[in-house]
Amino acid sequence: MCRGTVIRKNEYHDSVFLMRVARRISEEEGILQAALFMGTEKNKGFLTEIGFPAEELATATPSDLILAVKARNQQSLAGVLENLDGWLRAEPGQGNTLAVDLGEALTRQPLANLAVISVPGVYAAREAEKALERGLNVFLFSDNVPVERERFLKQYARERGLIVMGPDCGTAIIGGIGIGFANVVRRGPIGVIGASGTGIQEFTTLVHQAGSGISQAIGTGSRDLSDDVGGISMLSALDALEADSSTKTIAILSKPPGTLALASLIPRILQCPKPVVVCFLGWKKEPGSVDVPYQTARTLDEAAALAVQNVTGHLPTLFKPNGARFEALVPRERMGMNPLQKYIRGLFAGGTFCYQAQQVFMDAGLAAYSNAPITGNHKLADTLISKEHSLVDMGADEFTVGRPHPMMDSRLRRERLLVESKDPEVAVLLLDFLLGFNSSADPVGELAPAIAEAKGEVKKRGGFLSVVASVCGTNEDPQGLDQQVARLEEEGVIVLPSSAQAARFSSLLAVHAKGGV
Amino acid sequence: MSDKLKELLDRGPNVINIGVQDFADSLKVQGAEVVQVNWVPPAGGDPEMIALLDQLL
Repeated sequence: MCRGTVIRKNEYHDSVFLMRVARRISEEEGILQAALFMGTEKNKGFLTEIGFPAEELATATPSDLILAVKARNQQSLAGVLENLDGWLRAEPGQGNTLAVDLGEALTRQPLANLAVISVPGVYAAREAEKALERGLNVFLFSDNVPVERERFLKQYARERGLIVMGPDCGTAIIGGIGIGFANVVRRGPIGVIGASGTGIQEFTTLVHQAGSGISQAIGTGSRDLSDDVGGISMLSALDALEADSSTKTIAILSKPPGTLALASLIPRILQCPKPVVVCFLGWKKEPGSVDVPYQTARTLDEAAALAVQNVTGHLPTLFKPNGARFEALVPRERMGMNPLQKYIRGLFAGGTFCYQAQQVFMDAGLAAYSNAPITGNHKLADTLISKEHSLVDMGADEFTVGRPHPMMDSRLRRERLLVESKDPEVAVLLLDFLLGFNSSADPVGELAPAIAEAKGEVKKRGGFLSVVASVCGTNEDPQGLDQQVARLEEEGVIVLPSSAQAARFSSLLAVHAKGGV
Repeated sequence: MSDKLKELLDRGPNVINIGVQDFADSLKVQGAEVVQVNWVPPAGGDPEMIALLDQLL
């Protein structure tokens, strides 16, 4: 094995582009590993961890491009290192005519009303502030923005009649146009405000599948309803949807808010003349508490069902729990398992789905380990090693520094899935797949061979591996929902219509494994 | 209710994209107007220099 690096001074490319190029280089004959990063301290730290000497990287700054390669032999290594320009040019998607800065962009497009910002977190607040100063609303995809900066930006925006969606905002659908990781959904009377991108994706696609549609989907960023931020963007979004003539009912999706944020949000919801569905994942109304004049949902699919019911007058069949199907499937899935097989391993691309699955498990009386445990669950000592029931958010920082997010590339989940299949106590694999703009072009296709291999591995031991999944998407998405579901079913995967239902079904398999129900 | 946020919802997004170019591409596919900014880390990415620049400007 040999390794080498190239540092290109003052050459900036965005991280998604660089990850795509690095992936293509990695697939080249004789190449063992390829990384293509900007020279930030975090990236240099990662490269040092995987064996590239720190002194070789010392001169690189965040404005410099680093190519780091491990190859089988010197010839393969040189072939890549000497052809960096060729690799960069071959990648499509860099054909946009670029404005040198925000000022020039505004001259070219004076009617602009939104800045979409996805630069590294350390620079993101600065760019957002400049955009707000120029009268632009902001969709801030970047994370790692200090919470005090977030609060400042949101207050600044609200005072100027603007909104900051984010930081850490993955998804919005405005006037029928999807921004970030969004799905192609029908336009319709349901407006949604969500603190999580995958939460908005699940809600909007389920509404679409139920035959209704979305007026607007506004992201707030994951921390908006914390007491540190106080729900500033949530309140702006609620004002906007209340005034929006195409919106007939409003859904709010978030983790449970902070006490202070909730105290300012509730009176605002009560003033709203449109029906409001509130889904604070896992939030329980205290027993005996006064009934509130808005609807509450425990899970994202329940929120979608209530919103559709508000506008159509009936609950769509998609959301009615199919008890008969579950009853028939559970013994069938359990039949081939051996007595050692007891545990569920959930490997999630969507962090909110991991959070929600933990809630569903808890409702079923199952405690779980996780790298992102909810209150009452246990933290995995080593995120790389599952224990008992484990529900793992594979999109968390510890997995994605230096590597693509599982929504864009299934490599991380593929490797983990095969590791899980070697554990004799594993009974069920629980998976999610996210379709839509900017996600992997074929998320199921990338994982299907590994699913087959994992099932084969367990079969060799005289057992049966049940694989349970949900696919968040529509047939109008570039990947096509039906095609993705059919490919999973070819591999014997049980596909449920929502992430919550997939978690619920998995929990039944575990309960059965213990001899209950 | 603010005019600028209302205008965004009524007219749909007219976007200046700063960062990941794939986001600009997916917006264009849907028919949105997008200008991509050729963003590079300010002051070579040096936080002290950036703070100094912000004070001067």
